[in-house]
Amino acid sequence: MYGRKVKFRFFFIILILLSLILSVFLVLKSLEENVIFFKSPSEVKFLEEVKNKKIRIGGMVKLDSIEMSSDEVNFIITDFKNEINVSYSGVVPNLFSEGKGVVAEGYLKDRIFFEASKILAKHDENYMPPEVKAALEEN
Amino acid sequence: MLYSLIGHYSLILGLSVSSLIFFSSIKNFRNNEILDIKIINFSFLQLFLVIISFFALVLSFIYSDFSNETVFNNSHTTKPLFYKISGTWGNHEGSLLLWLLVLNLFIFVFLIKSKNLLKKYRILTVLFQQIIIIGFFVFLLSSSSPFNYIFPIPEEGLGLNPILQDPALAIHPPILYLGYVGSSIIFSSVLAATVLKYVSKTWAIHIKSWVLTSWIFLTLGILLGSIWAYYELGWGGFWFWDPVENVSLMPWLALTTLMHCILVLEKRSTLKSWVIILSITTFTLSMSGTFLVRSGILNSVHTFANDPERGLFILTFLFILIFISLFVFFVFHKSEKQDSMLFSLLSKETSILINNWFMMYFLSVVLIGTVYPIFLQVISSEQISIGPPFYHKLIVPFLIPFLIFMAIGPRLKWIKSKLDKKMSLVVLFVISILISFLILKNLSANFLINTILVGSAFYLFLMTTRDFFSKTNKNISQNLSHFGFSLLILSILFNNIFSKEVITNLKVGEKFYGEKFQIEFSDLKKFEKQNFISFKGFLLVTEQGVKNEFNPELRVYNQPNIITSEADILTTFWTDKFITMNTLQNEEYFNIRYQVKPFMLWIWVSVLLISLGGSISLFNRKIK
Repeated sequence: MYGRKVKFRFFFIILILLSLILSVFLVLKSLEENVIFFKSPSEVKFLEEVKNKKIRIGGMVKLDSIEMSSDEVNFIITDFKNEINVSYSGVVPNLFSEGKGVVAEGYLKDRIFFEASKILAKHDENYMPPEVKAALEEN
Repeated sequence: MLYSLIGHYSLILGLSVSSLIFFSSIKNFRNNEILDIKIINFSFLQLFLVIISFFALVLSFIYSDFSNETVFNNSHTTKPLFYKISGTWGNHEGSLLLWLLVLNLFIFVFLIKSKNLLKKYRILTVLFQQIIIIGFFVFLLSSSSPFNYIFPIPEEGLGLNPILQDPALAIHPPILYLGYVGSSIIFSSVLAATVLKYVSKTWAIHIKSWVLTSWIFLTLGILLGSIWAYYELGWGGFWFWDPVENVSLMPWLALTTLMHCILVLEKRSTLKSWVIILSITTFTLSMSGTFLVRSGILNSVHTFANDPERGLFILTFLFILIFISLFVFFVFHKSEKQDSMLFSLLSKETSILINNWFMMYFLSVVLIGTVYPIFLQVISSEQISIGPPFYHKLIVPFLIPFLIFMAIGPRLKWIKSKLDKKMSLVVLFVISILISFLILKNLSANFLINTILVGSAFYLFLMTTRDFFSKTNKNISQNLSHFGFSLLILSILFNNIFSKEVITNLKVGEKFYGEKFQIEFSDLKKFEKQNFISFKGFLLVTEQGVKNEFNPELRVYNQPNIITSEADILTTFWTDKFITMNTLQNEEYFNIRYQVKPFMLWIWVSVLLISLGGSISLFNRKIK
């Protein structure tokens, strides 16, 4: 027979292992569901299929493309090769303007139309999101 | 110019004092029984030199000395004096100098406060702390000197990012750093104690004051940052699971775990290895937080410069520290068999271990959510981000058992315990669920989980409230902190469940008719201020017959040329009403967002209560 102490320790280790496995499983599952991928308009164009999953799209706001009405803002995100139309109703950050970098989060309706639920605010006039910079440099 | 020179040379002198401290410490370590007074004197000298250097930088900012590169990059003559001063630590170089200052300050205080302790332990702690201090000196002098000289001297500076020009944010970094750097003392001292096999009851009592001190400051620092984000960034939330917020939450979680664990060490002298690991983890997380934020890997308002060299330096330094601590842990630490795990399943020890398990789980979730995107980008160059749902899904369900354990755990005794008055525990739980059911009965979405969640929070709330009036309860500080925590969770839940908002685009003179609110944009006026032009909106919000006038602002700063929005917030006892106004270039429309946020005030108050609990505990120790 094992002593009480050994039993206790054994029980304890099993418990820790079980909880570890459980949390790893939960975390991985949640990661899979909640990861938001970043795409440029060109990448969107060559997507194999348009999934109903939240993504981010980054690029420049095309010049003269912003149209504002009482409940919506429409604009075009471009990476100078491909474009995508965005419609958005929500808070517009102050640094959002034509000819500047932008990151929009939301759902693709099809390859050229995007419904944004959030426009990411950045706090510096010289700032360009690194993703956008990389996407622009690639092209 | 003169100040920069003084600052620069006192830094160099300060670094050379380190060698004196090393020399006299090593000599003193073997020979004498009592601590050489020279070590204290040299530590004071080093502190003094760093203070001089720091004040030299402050003066350069006050006098707008643009021959100094740091001042040029971050200040402007038209900036109000208060923000000139706070600009000192509002940038990369200055904030590092502040780190160094606090590092020196704390080790000096440590030396004075630890008179009754083992001499060898004090000296070793000083030595380990000196390794960190030297690292920061070298970092400052080599790649991020705050005293670089520019010629020809520019006429005018580039200015401080306007959203950082704010009273809460002026004191946020120093407070947060007191918390971060406080953990450096815990780190140095735990290494010293491990080497000398001094991890004991006496040590636990002594180090607990440091744990409490840094915990209080870290809590307040996070609170300030959160309040600032609430009113300045204009999103109306208090926590965004932004990576830069997460890196301050992680050391907080580790430190909170350590604080509970050290109780076990103090009362029962067990769980030694765990305490050592936690102390090392806490400081490592503080350092990695600094690394992630400063290196530009995470982009945010905190990222001052994208300089790979700096990131590389902190990373190397971090690895050296981790290596040293692992070496010390594995070489010197031998786990003792005698008293390990001698407690029954129903005891305070078990309840603290359960607390530790939950805290470590929360910590891992936050860590993975923060680091995984960076990791993935490095190995596959795929760019992803992880949003709030990830954290909510993983953390919120676990809050339910966490809250219930938190309500029951503190009433257990050490070693072996019985649950007294089981009936009243069950009755209270039923009452809590009932209250929560009554409050939420009109809720349609996620009714079940919300009811249980609010119920568990109410349970903790009622239990801790009852404890305030219980005669047997002696631990008022713990009681208060746990009460504060229940209040925090309740406020957050109600805030989430009952918040309302409306977003609309309006021109001046237009009206918005919604189901619940009416918003009238009556006027826009222009005001000239010291370093910005302010456009004040006059908005009239009608809600259930009650009229409120709001004046949100748009500020156009002169240098740097940035537009910011200032929210107008009407804070009352139960709810906050929050309105922001944004603009688009060449558009007549203004983007208006109106939010009703219940219990906002109570989120801040409850965090204050939590840290007040810590302060009472610290204060009680001082008296004893």
